[in-house]
Amino acid sequence: MAEDHKMTYADPWMLPETKGFWEALNEKKLVIRTCMDCGRGHHFPRAMCPHCYSDNLEWKESDGTGTIYSFTAQQVKGGGKYVYAYVEIADRVRAITNIVDCDPEALQIGQKVKAAFRPSASGQNILVFTPA
Amino acid sequence: MTAHDARLVGAYELPYRHAPDKSLAQMQAEAALGAVADAGLSLKDVDGFFCGGDTPGMGPMSLIEYLNITPRHVDSTETGGNSYVSHVARAARAIDAGLCDVALITLAGKPRTPAKGSRPMTDSNKPDQDFELTYHPTVPANYALAAQRHMYEYGTTSEQLAWIKVAASHHAQHNPHALLRDVVTVEDVVNSPMVATPLHRFDCCVITDGGGALILARSEIAKKLNRPSVKILGTGEAVKHQGAGDIDLTFTAGKWAAEKAWKMSGCTPDQIQYASIYDSFTITVLLEIEDLGFCKPGHGGGFVAEGNLISGKGKLPFNTDGGGLCSNHPGNRGGMTKVIEAVRQLRGEAHPAVQVPDCALALAHGTGGSLGTRHGASTLILARED
Repeated sequence: MAEDHKMTYADPWMLPETKGFWEALNEKKLVIRTCMDCGRGHHFPRAMCPHCYSDNLEWKESDGTGTIYSFTAQQVKGGGKYVYAYVEIADRVRAITNIVDCDPEALQIGQKVKAAFRPSASGQNILVFTPA
Repeated sequence: MTAHDARLVGAYELPYRHAPDKSLAQMQAEAALGAVADAGLSLKDVDGFFCGGDTPGMGPMSLIEYLNITPRHVDSTETGGNSYVSHVARAARAIDAGLCDVALITLAGKPRTPAKGSRPMTDSNKPDQDFELTYHPTVPANYALAAQRHMYEYGTTSEQLAWIKVAASHHAQHNPHALLRDVVTVEDVVNSPMVATPLHRFDCCVITDGGGALILARSEIAKKLNRPSVKILGTGEAVKHQGAGDIDLTFTAGKWAAEKAWKMSGCTPDQIQYASIYDSFTITVLLEIEDLGFCKPGHGGGFVAEGNLISGKGKLPFNTDGGGLCSNHPGNRGGMTKVIEAVRQLRGEAHPAVQVPDCALALAHGTGGSLGTRHGASTLILARED
């Protein structure tokens, strides 16, 4: 049975340092803030590398695939459920997200997923994932 | 570091669990008055004040005005529900440093009956907001992520988690103030409605209006009081977060907090006769038991099963008041009641049916915030006055 609670997404605040992330989503691309000095990616995106504090950062485009690190099927009052999860989008970069268009009962930790995009109230794409 | 000179001399838990006709400041004041009375002191003796984010207004200021006290030292450290466990350590350090002589710590909350116009928990400046709140997190979901991962890594089962609630319910039956007094079985827990897989309704703590307060005083004052006082042998605090994406959900900040507390106290887990362990959810207890060193990582499921947390039956009596799972989780914050029940045990004042015989050494541990994202932890090793 597919998850049966249709998610709606509020408009994100989009703090200035995260702008590139949101712009990429609107082109249906997943980008990971990556440090050009130490080489590590991080999430959520920051104005400085949280590993080495360099500001020499770039938006590195991902192929949009990831693996489920953990997940839960949250029941909704009045019936239905949705999936809240951590997906590993790069080596040791785990992002909170929803997994949509899936059977929550069939999901497994370690399962491959791929990026999908859902519009917010005003049309900004939001990053979610779906089974690959 | 050595044990503190400061002593825990007063502890009071508001008896009610539903307070539609009381203001939050009023509840905090009732808790404060209860604790100073328990210690045999007056609010006018208080010269140090400690509070967390539950206190209305800016830091400690509205409440000290409401109480009409003028403490010479204040501290409003806020890390969620464990804050009050941390405040005990901070109050002890402040007293030892000569910053105050009598410290008051308060907590109250009324999540069942919030005041009209209460502020929402959103803050557009929070750097994580867009990347978490967007996805409709719930409090149970953020703990369920840790439970699911623990099950995956170690084979922990829902039945093992259920034993934690079962043990709490065995204790709560003796607490006339507990919100839930019925003894439940493993089957009751795993058959209760699913909230966020794998956590069922009975894996979650209660939601209550309520609160409590604690008093610490320097030892020379404590000696003059007519109540048994409690020594603070070891303390530890820590905060853990997502690590910029490199999160490991299989342990909590409790691991780091406990290491400090054990080292400072010179005690070991096998010496502890009673433990107050933060029980926002059953999984919280399971992870903390591992992090505190009562068993090895991944062995928590086996440790808690078969009633091992039940007083008089198991080897680690926990939360003998019924804990947050059955008795009280005032203001969605369980740290205060954890310290209070540990004080009751060390004074020999727990309910006779759950009192640990000759209880001389106890532990109180709290977790605040969210295991799924960022949280604080604090550990206290407490001893009966010789």
